[in-house]
This record gives sequence, structure tokens and C-alpha cells, in this order.
Amino acid sequence: MLFPFFWMVKTALMPNKVTLNYPPKLLELPIVIDNFVKVLRSEGMTRSIFNSFFIAVVSTAGVLFFCSIAAYAFSKIRFRHSGFLFGAIFATMLIPSQILLIPMYVIFAKIHWVDTFLPLIVPQILINGYGVFLLRQFMVGIPDSYIEAAKLDGLGHFGIYARIMLPLCKPPIITLGVFTFIGNWNNFFGALIYLDSEKNFTLPLVMNVFRTQYTVEWGTMMAGATLTVLPLIVIYLFAQKSFIEGIAMTGVKG
Amino acid sequence: MNHKLSKKDNFYGHLFVAPQIIGLVLFVLIPLFFALYLCFCDWNLFGAPKWVGFKNFRLVFGFDGDIFSKTIRNTAVLMLGIVPLTMICSLALALLANRKLKFLDFYKGALFMPMVTSSVAIAMVWYWLFAPDLGLINFMLGNLGLPELGWLTDPKWSKLAVIIMTVWQKTGYYFIIFLAGLKGVSRVYYEAAELDGASSLQRFVHITLPQISPVTFFVFVMLVIDVFNLFGEAYVLTRGGPVYSTYTLMMYIYNEGMHYFNLGKASVASIVLILLAGSISALQFSLSRKWVHYET
Repeated sequence: MLFPFFWMVKTALMPNKVTLNYPPKLLELPIVIDNFVKVLRSEGMTRSIFNSFFIAVVSTAGVLFFCSIAAYAFSKIRFRHSGFLFGAIFATMLIPSQILLIPMYVIFAKIHWVDTFLPLIVPQILINGYGVFLLRQFMVGIPDSYIEAAKLDGLGHFGIYARIMLPLCKPPIITLGVFTFIGNWNNFFGALIYLDSEKNFTLPLVMNVFRTQYTVEWGTMMAGATLTVLPLIVIYLFAQKSFIEGIAMTGVKG
Repeated sequence: MNHKLSKKDNFYGHLFVAPQIIGLVLFVLIPLFFALYLCFCDWNLFGAPKWVGFKNFRLVFGFDGDIFSKTIRNTAVLMLGIVPLTMICSLALALLANRKLKFLDFYKGALFMPMVTSSVAIAMVWYWLFAPDLGLINFMLGNLGLPELGWLTDPKWSKLAVIIMTVWQKTGYYFIIFLAGLKGVSRVYYEAAELDGASSLQRFVHITLPQISPVTFFVFVMLVIDVFNLFGEAYVLTRGGPVYSTYTLMMYIYNEGMHYFNLGKASVASIVLILLAGSISALQFSLSRKWVHYET
């Protein structure tokens, strides 16, 4: 399973000329980093890394804030129609995203959001059935006595949310956060649809161009692929355990 | 506890969920009705949508039937390859990992890695592995005395290339799901079977398979949906070619909608996709009563 990753890194560390040697060898010396230098120096590369990073960070922060605060309301505040509203938000998970694709594009075109980052960030923040559901399920399990005690201490709902609930909800927040970051960093389809001008390109879009541009410069291509994957692997290694367990739980029970 | 709603609670409750409700209306409800309306319109984003009745449906299924029916056939072939192969690979790996295994966490992490990797990077690596002359896969075929294949240039083999890449990518995720399912099977059953002298194959067929059937069913349903949504990896690997041999439904929607701006046609195709996916899921659910065992 790891072999393609190995082959990717190995090719990335070879001079382009050597990749054309036949037969291919398992290990090849000398190891060079020219390909990485070339990729990082190529037109628009640093910009696209920044763009991808910006979109992923803003989306993750937004999703975590708006989902957790809604989840807090749905789990710990009694208000009118809360059951109905939660059901409606949950039901959005059942609507296939493809059907919304064309009308969303039209709407964003009409309000001049096409070729900005907004269509890639705003919708998932403002409606996220999965995130609200995941966090609510966890928050329901937190005893009400914590909240009653905080109320006696004079905390309002914002205070309880920020000082009591958030610290207690670290595990599901990490899961949702990692999930959202990775999803946004990898988002190819959305970027392909909404971003037109090169200054707005994200990393997957630049890589897509790379794939055609450097047809036989295998080393350069693989260096690009390695750079795309690198941040994910770092994050993944840090959060691996809680992440995989979260998937196994929600996957089977969902 | 009093059961009267406090005014303050009611206010903050609504305030906290308001963003999600606004999003629900703006980004789900309005687009949903708009999509249904667009199916019956001729529109290229400029001017006003023109009502044309069922013309788009006729276009998709009639004149244009060539490519569209081909995408449906492609999707069917990819499905027949990807779904069973992924299920077999991920279940086999989960069975191996379910014994007491050293480094289990490492294997889990390694298998899961393709899942968190960007689809574009995955497609680029496989593009290199499948490359005609210098690609590793053809090199290995040559070493085994087999002919080299035009993985990405020959319509006969391009689907297989997409299938191999997708199975590799999806196996890790479903491996985790199967493993969680296997962990849930009570040891008592196995101990009883061992006393009865059942062979390991018998234990697998009579205990493991029925016990994990709800998980298997979940995997089956999800994989079918995965194949319907296949886009990024296949698009970067093959661009849908050669000669439309790996053109998927999502590529059709993307090209019709975003390249030619036939918004009505693209809407019809997206509805067809959803109806197809929905009816196959429904079929799976209705057949599941025959083979899925739920603990009561």
C-alpha cells in the first residue's frame, strides 16, 4: 500500500534525466533536491500553496466555530422548534451534492463570487449537517450539572460555550478539524469549478496543470505530488489515532 | 426544573443555530428548487432561462445519447470492478490484521494513508506508474514475459487502470471499517465452534460472515455511491479518455455545465445520477433482508 508513496518520493529525488533510464532500479544514487527547488520556484507555486493554506485554515476555523456553537444550542439549550430545526439540518446530509452543483454555480456567478475563495469557504461553514451532528452527539453526553453549576457562577450562554463546552469537546473537535482541513486542502472539484484566474489557483489546480506541462519530467512531477501530500501526512501522523477511531465509530454506526 | 421556556434560552438557542438555518435556506433549499426548474429550461447563464419543457431530457437520452449512454456503461463497468475488488481486498486485510499482530497501528496508518492524500497527487503517481515505456508496471509485466499494455492509451485497458488506482485508494478506509466490525464479533461464538471442531473456513463462513453482514452491507452501499461520485482521480489520470472510455457521469455533468454552459442538460444529468444512485441504494436495502443479520 505504501509502495506508490515510496516510488513517488524516490522519483522526486532523482534527476529528471535519470528517470528516463531503463530498467528502473529500486534505489538510485545520487539523491538530488533539484526537483523540489524547481517546483517551489515555478510560476505561481508559492502563491498556490498560500491560497490552499488560507482556504483550509479559514474553512476549518469557521466550520469548528459555527458547528460547535449550533451543537451547543441543540444539546444544552431549550428553545422553540429545536427538534424540527435539528432534523432539517441533519437531513441536508442526505441530499446528494451533485444536484446542488449547477444552481450553486449560477447563484455564485450572479452575486460575483466566482473566481473568489468565497464559494469554497462559506457554504460548508453555514450549513454542515455532519459537523453539527458529530459535535451534538458528543455534547449530549456531557452532564447537565456542569452547566447548572456554571450558571450559578454567573456565566451566560457564551461563557458556558467557550469556557466549559469547548474544552470538554476536544476529541470530536480534533476529528472534525482534521477532517475539514484535509478535505479543503484536497478539494479539487470545487476549485476547478470556481477558480478561473491563475493568481487564485490552489495547489491541486496547479498540480493538474503540472500533470500536462511536465509530461516526461517525471522527477519534477513527483516532487510536486510529494509537496502536495507532505502537510497532510504531518497532520495525519499527529492526529492518527483519534482520527481513525472517529471514522470507525461514525462509519459503522452511521 | 421548570418546563416553561425561558426567554433568554429561547433567544440564545435561536441565535446560535441561526447561521446554520441561513445556510440551509441559501445553499440547500433555494438551489434544490432552482435545479428542478433548470431541468426544463434552456439557459447558458446569460439572459433569462427559457422554458423548453422536456427538451433537455430528450437531448440527454436521444441525440446526445451516444456519450451519455456511454458514461452510464462506463460507470457500470467501473462499478463491477471497483466494488467487489475493494470489498475483497479490505476484508482480507482486516482478517489478517484481526489476529494478534505486532505493529497493528502502523499497518492501520499505512493502509489509511491513501484516503487522506490529495486525489490529484494520487492520480499523478499512478500516471507515472502506468506510463507506457518507463512506467514501473509495464516494466514488471515485461520482466514476467508479458506484453506491455497501453494502460492510458488503449480504450481496452484504461478502465482497468482506473479500477486499480481506485481500489488501491479506497481499500484502506473500508479496511478500518471491516476491522471495527470484526472486533465486535463476540469470542463466545468462536470458542463454541472450536469445541464442535469447526475448521477455520467453516468458522469464517458460518460465524464471521453472518456476524459482520451489517458492516459488509454498509461498505457495499458506500462503495456504490463512491463510484457514482468518481471524478477527481479519474479526471486527472485519464481526462475521461482515451475515446471517452473512462468518461464518468460526473465528468459529463462538469463538461456540459461548466464548459458548454448547457445548464439545463447538466441539471438533467445530475438528476439522472441521483435517481440511479438512489434506486440502486434502494435495491440494495430491499435485498439486504435476505443476507444481512441484525442482532436482536
